[in-house]
Formats: sequence, C-alpha cells, structure tokens
Amino acid sequence: MTPIELEEQDATGVDRGPVLEARDLRVWYGTDRGPVRAVDGVSFELRRGEILGLVGESGCGKSTLGRGLLGLLPDGAARDGELRFQGRDMLALKPREQHALRGRDLGMIFQEPLTRLNPLMRISEHFSETLRTHDKSISKAEIERRSLDVLRVMGIPPTRFRAYPHEFSGGMRQRLMIALTLVMRPAFVVADEPTTALDVLVEAQIIRILHDLRREYDTSLLLITHNLGIIAEACDRVAVMYAGEIVEIGEAREVFSRPRHPYTRELLRSTISLRTTGLNYIEGAPPDLVDPPPACRFHPRCPDAMNVCAQRHPVDRDHGAGTRAACWAADVAQGLVKLDDREAAPLPRGEISVADEA
Amino acid sequence: MSSASGSLPRYILVRLALVLPMMWVLLTVVFILLRVAPGDPVSAAVGGKLNQEALDARRATLGLDRPLITQYLDYLGNVAHLDFGKTISDNRPVLDIIKDQGGATLTLTLGAFLVAMVIGLPLGRLAGRYRDTSADAAIRVFGVVTYAAPIFWTGIMFVLLVVKLFPGWPTNDIASVVTKFEVTPKSHILLFDAALEGNGSAVSDILKHHVLPCLTLGLLLSGVIIRLVRINVIQAMKGDYVEAARARGISERRVVRYHAFRNALVPVITVIGLQVAITLSGALVTERTFNWPGLGTELIQYVTARDYIAVQGLVTFFALIVVVVSVFVDILTALVDPRVRY
Repeated sequence: MTPIELEEQDATGVDRGPVLEARDLRVWYGTDRGPVRAVDGVSFELRRGEILGLVGESGCGKSTLGRGLLGLLPDGAARDGELRFQGRDMLALKPREQHALRGRDLGMIFQEPLTRLNPLMRISEHFSETLRTHDKSISKAEIERRSLDVLRVMGIPPTRFRAYPHEFSGGMRQRLMIALTLVMRPAFVVADEPTTALDVLVEAQIIRILHDLRREYDTSLLLITHNLGIIAEACDRVAVMYAGEIVEIGEAREVFSRPRHPYTRELLRSTISLRTTGLNYIEGAPPDLVDPPPACRFHPRCPDAMNVCAQRHPVDRDHGAGTRAACWAADVAQGLVKLDDREAAPLPRGEISVADEA
Repeated sequence: MSSASGSLPRYILVRLALVLPMMWVLLTVVFILLRVAPGDPVSAAVGGKLNQEALDARRATLGLDRPLITQYLDYLGNVAHLDFGKTISDNRPVLDIIKDQGGATLTLTLGAFLVAMVIGLPLGRLAGRYRDTSADAAIRVFGVVTYAAPIFWTGIMFVLLVVKLFPGWPTNDIASVVTKFEVTPKSHILLFDAALEGNGSAVSDILKHHVLPCLTLGLLLSGVIIRLVRINVIQAMKGDYVEAARARGISERRVVRYHAFRNALVPVITVIGLQVAITLSGALVTERTFNWPGLGTELIQYVTARDYIAVQGLVTFFALIVVVVSVFVDILTALVDPRVRY
C-alpha cells in the first residue's frame, strides 16, 4: 500500500495525523448459506477531529463496518485485514485488551436512543458505572464533576442527573447517550444513524452537537447515515459504500458537486428535497452479500455499465481533488485508463439479467 | 414528570386501596362455587347420624334455611371480622385451625420458595447466558423433569433415597415427638417458637424435618423459575442497552449481572407471585405425602368429611393469602422497576 499523503498540521497548528487507519478490512458473518461478506476490503483513514460520513443503502454493510471498527461484533463474526488505532494494530489485540479500549478510547452512539439506556438504572448510575469501569480509583466527587460537565455541554440540567431514563424524551435520551460516550473523551466515536429515530427539529440539534464535538473534545467521528443532507451539513469527508465496499471517498463538497461513481451520482439524484419534482430511484436492490455479483458489484444496476464492468473488478484510483473511486466508467472519463473497444462497449441488457441471476 | 421517589408512596397507596375490591370479587366467587356444588352440606357432613328434626335444627343454626342473599351478606360480614365460622363435623372455629396449623404450612411454603430461588435463579441465569450449550441443555432437561414430576412421586423417591443413604433422617411430620412436647406453642409457628425459646436441638430437629418436604415442593417450583429466568435472560441479553453497555467497555460479568439479569427479573417477580396459588395447591399434596400437620392436611380431611363450613373457611383464607401476596408482588415490582410507579 502506498502511504497516504497527509497535511501534518492544520491552520491552528494541531497535529492532524490519522487516528484510525483501515487497510483492506474485511468483516464477515458465518451463516448456513456460507459467509456473509458484509465488509469486503475497505480502506480509509480518519484524522484527529475529522468527521467522516458513511452513506449507502440499507444492508450495504455500513453498520457492520462501524461495529467492526470497535470489535463489537456478534458471535460467529470475524475480521481480517489491517486496522490501526493510534498506530496500534487492533486486530492483534486480545479480546480483553480490546474490551478495555471500548468506552475509554473508542465510543459508539446508536440509532435508537429510547432503548439504549438500562431502564432500571438512574442516569447517574450509568455515568458512575462507565467511569468506574475505566478508572477504579475515581472518587465520587470526580464522577459527579465530570458527568455534570459533559451533561451541561449537552444541555441536560444537573437537576436531572439522578432521574431514570424513562423520564426523558427521545432527543434528550440521545443527548444522554452522547454525553455517556463523551464522558470518557474517546479519540474515536462511531455514530450509527444517530438521528434516524428522532424528529427533524431534534435531528438538527443532534447534528449540531456532533458537528461541534471536535471543538470541545477533539473527537474523530464516523457518522453513519443514509441521509445525504446530514453529510453535507456535518461532515468533512464522505465515504460511499455499496455491497460491502467503499466505492468512492473524498471531501464532502467535492463528492457532492462532482460525483465520480455512478452509484454516488444516482444516490444524490434520489435525494428528496422541497425542489424535487419527480422521484428518482436506483433500479434493483442491493445484492446478496453471500454471493455478490462478479467484478464490479454495482454493474447489474449501473446505468453506465460496460463489458469490462462484468469481467474485472475496478481498481481504487486517485481521481484528483482528494477523491478516490473504484469505477471503470469514471476512470475512462478521467482519462486514467485506456480500454479497447470491446471492453468499453455498453453492457448489453440481456447480460444484466443474467448477471442478476448469477 | 414528577420525581420518581415521590410517586412510589402514592403507587403503594393505590395498590392497597385495590385490595378490598379484589377480596370482594374472590369472596363472591368462593361463595358461589360452594353453593353451586350439588348436595346439602348438613346432610352430607352428618347425614345418617341424626334424624330429620336434628338435621333441620343444624341447618337453622347454620343459617342455611335463610335466603341466599342474606347468607352472602352474612358471609362477607363474618369474613370482615376474620370470623370463618365453625366446622360442622367437629364444631371447631376455622380460625383456630388456621392459627394452629397455619404455621406448618407457612414454613413449608417459605422453605420451598427459598429452595426454588436458590436452585432456579442461578441455573436459569446460567442456561440463558450460555444458551444452546450442553450446560443449557442439561439445565433445561432438569427444569422440565422437576416441573413434570408429580409431587407425591418426587416425595416418595426422596424418602426412599434418604432412608437408604441417611438412615434416621426424618421423613415425615414437622418435628419429632420430643420436640413437639418440649416447645410450648406461642406463635404456633413451631420453628419460630423453638428459636424463641433458644432450644437449639429443637430448632435443628425441626429444620431437618423441613428438608425433604421443602425440597420436594421447591423442586417443582424451581422448574418454572428456571425456564422463566432463562428465556428472560436470553431476551435481555439481546437488549439494546446490553449492547450499549458493552460498547462502553463494561465488563461482561457486570453486563450480565446488572444489565441483563436485573431486567430479566422484573417479569420473573410477577410470575413467581402468580405461582403462589400453585404453591399452595402443591403444599396440599406435599403435606399429604409427608404427613405434615398443616392446613393442606386439614383441608383434605374436611373435604373428605364434606365439612362445608370448614372448606369454605379454609378456601377463603387461601384466597386472602393470594390477594395479599399479589399486592406485595406489585409493590416489589415497583421497587425494582421505576417505570411501574406511574
């Protein structure tokens, strides 16, 4: 792998080296039908204080990637490839060491805040349990000081510290979950569709909080969502995932204004806004991850598909302006590769259905 | 959004206020059931021993010649004064029976509950946590067998086993003759009285007598508890808050104990409360099997004698116990689960 060029320092002089690096990361689940390759050779890096958005359809492996980064996978799941957190090889760690990292250095914010807090425990007990787990000798006063500190940032009044979870609204509970994650000041947090279960006003509030995290906590964030508006609002960079692979990754503004991959383009066209006059959608459904299509996984649904797309897997290439994409059509458009006429000919319709069945 | 601690007393008050209507319904059902049963209680109990005039006189003194509604109101009034009537066959106040024999049934059922908890809770938790392992399979089989085995059979097996392995270990009655002679009844709870007198050998004798009956009845209950705890632990382990706790790095031991198990217990408490009625009927058979001087033995005797006042009185008492326990369980649930208090 070629080393990625990084700006070592930003304008404020803070070190912007990568907090998290994934190289050819794979995650799969064993099933009766064979392994489900939910994450299949994903590479990216995340710098300190950076927010990377991760988009894609349901079932494309977004959540599995997020959980895989934290080692929070169910029994029967396995990881392979390379994953470095602050330079440490995560996949070589013993389960115990990895468990110890969770909560302290790696955090997770979930989709459904309503069910993520133990209904029998007071908020204060959630905080003291979390803090005590990672620091056995922490004092009561210190627990209260740190908890109330982060709750204040989340806009939860200290008078509610000893309340039970059911006494809070959905939006407040998500803020509690974020506070509970941030109280340990983790270097890296995965937020898995943190606003999907909330109404739009609360959504905007939560997104603002996540966007401002780096100012208070210098946290790197992987923000998983299928809402492209959120990405545009909150993220520095965006990764587009399809069938277990990252097909395009780059600066959010660049990817949105000049999408390289046809899937990104179609995804953007499918966004519903007030100015939407007709509904766009991508024909077909995401493929079965036990037996994905050969070569480019998007080719059965791709409007730009060529013969080569069904024969050879596209190569992850630098497309300029900080964007990388894995697509033959984009490569040709950028003049990065030369294909012969037979390879570059449009994929015949008949073959689409054949490939679909394969 | 009142504070949770403030609403707990109010919740308890509401529950207590509901006791009276609940009891009224139960008493009415008991009354109707016993009147619906065919046959005349007086002739059933003492028929053939007395002539017609004497029988009529008995009916009159029992008030059975009056209209049903008067009898019903009388019955309710008497129960309100804790007067359960006098038995027909031997003219004993039912309240005295309850006082004299109730203690033996109380210690038997409490002991059985203790056995059921000690066996059921850890085994259920183990089976739930290590689901589909050989340990889980073994525990499940154990749970089914203990629940399916009839009490008298389990009891007899225990007796046979104990007689063979520990000859001299008591296999029937609540205490030896010597102990019964030594301990003067005050509370009529023999174990309590013996402990109050500081009579160590009597206490140990009574405890030894409790072992087999409590095990027999407790095993039956433990089967229910094992299955309940297991399925609830499995449910709770899948809970979102369990995954969230793991994501915060909470140790697996703590996750199982404080997140999964505590939440699994909430429905278990409710169902265990409902088991009280089953435990009482189980106690009946257990007492019979071990010749235990409790209310069950009395009830069976009076049923055989067709003593309708005695049966009505004892059944009423059992019904009251069930009501009291169910209120107690509700309060316990509210103490454990803050969401119930609203």
